[in-house]
Amino acid sequence: MTDTAFAAHDTDPALHDKGVPSHDTSTGVSNEKLAMWVFLGSDCLLFGGLISTYLLLRHRSVSGPSPSHEFFDIPFTSVSSFVLLFSSLTMALAVGAIHRGDERRSRTFLLTTALLGGVFIAGQVYEFTSFVNEGLGYTTNLFGSAFYTLTGFHGVHVSVGIVFLLSLFVMSVRGNLGPERAETVEIFGLYWHFVDIVWILIFTVVYLIP
Amino acid sequence: MSVETEERGAAGPLEPDHEAHQHAHPSDSTYIKVAVFLAVLTALEVGTYFIKDPSTPLLVALLFPMMIIKFAVVAGAFMHLRFDNPLFRRVFVFGLLLAVAVYVIVLTSMEYWSSSYGG
Repeated sequence: MTDTAFAAHDTDPALHDKGVPSHDTSTGVSNEKLAMWVFLGSDCLLFGGLISTYLLLRHRSVSGPSPSHEFFDIPFTSVSSFVLLFSSLTMALAVGAIHRGDERRSRTFLLTTALLGGVFIAGQVYEFTSFVNEGLGYTTNLFGSAFYTLTGFHGVHVSVGIVFLLSLFVMSVRGNLGPERAETVEIFGLYWHFVDIVWILIFTVVYLIP
Repeated sequence: MSVETEERGAAGPLEPDHEAHQHAHPSDSTYIKVAVFLAVLTALEVGTYFIKDPSTPLLVALLFPMMIIKFAVVAGAFMHLRFDNPLFRRVFVFGLLLAVAVYVIVLTSMEYWSSSYGG
């Protein structure tokens, strides 16, 4: 890209939206954004492995609780699903706001997304605690091991996301997250939406089709 | 689902140059419509919980299409795959298809699909 093109990029966010980077790259798109998509593509393999393992092991237990609609608290988990779904909306609104240069609105939505993620994690902690009280520990049986590993990995992803969200919020409060860094928020938004997508799969495969 | 673009958001410091940008992203109202659509689908999914003694094939037939639609809508609208650079879509879809292929082979090799499998 020539110097003129770089200058044009700085004043034309539409180029930025199309993945056109503000610096020269061999692919012609933003390296950071491409790296996130590569990571998400590889994360499909991680969660694919965990979901497949769960499917293979869930009814292989010889003792202890087994998956069923009676065991899972579907209404409670449904509320958690709606919370995570709503957090995807607030994340998308945060990305939209920062692209428009509305830092205050973006900051509000980033914090809202973090809070909703926190509510989801709190629900997961409550759920795990109640399952342990019902006799399903991590090493109780194959179902327990596979279930906690799958949903726990997802919970870790959400928790890491909350840390990033709060970091972005602090950056924004300090004035370090202006429209010129909109791509940073957008790239994190990809991660957060992916976490939501994985929950869409887990909610159906683990909870609704026990 | 059509994607509307933003007419004008809150005034920001990049007003003139952001005009082109406004047309590259869905508007807030579009995001909200997408979220409502996803919420309705989720409510329908939860509704299957109240079916009395459903068979697994029935649940799969009802829930899998909704799950796939939700997956596609989040990826397409919220993650901007519908209108972003095609390279991003190719990278993600490659990883996704690779995962599906690998684990379908794994499940098949473990005879997961046979009626005698206990899992």
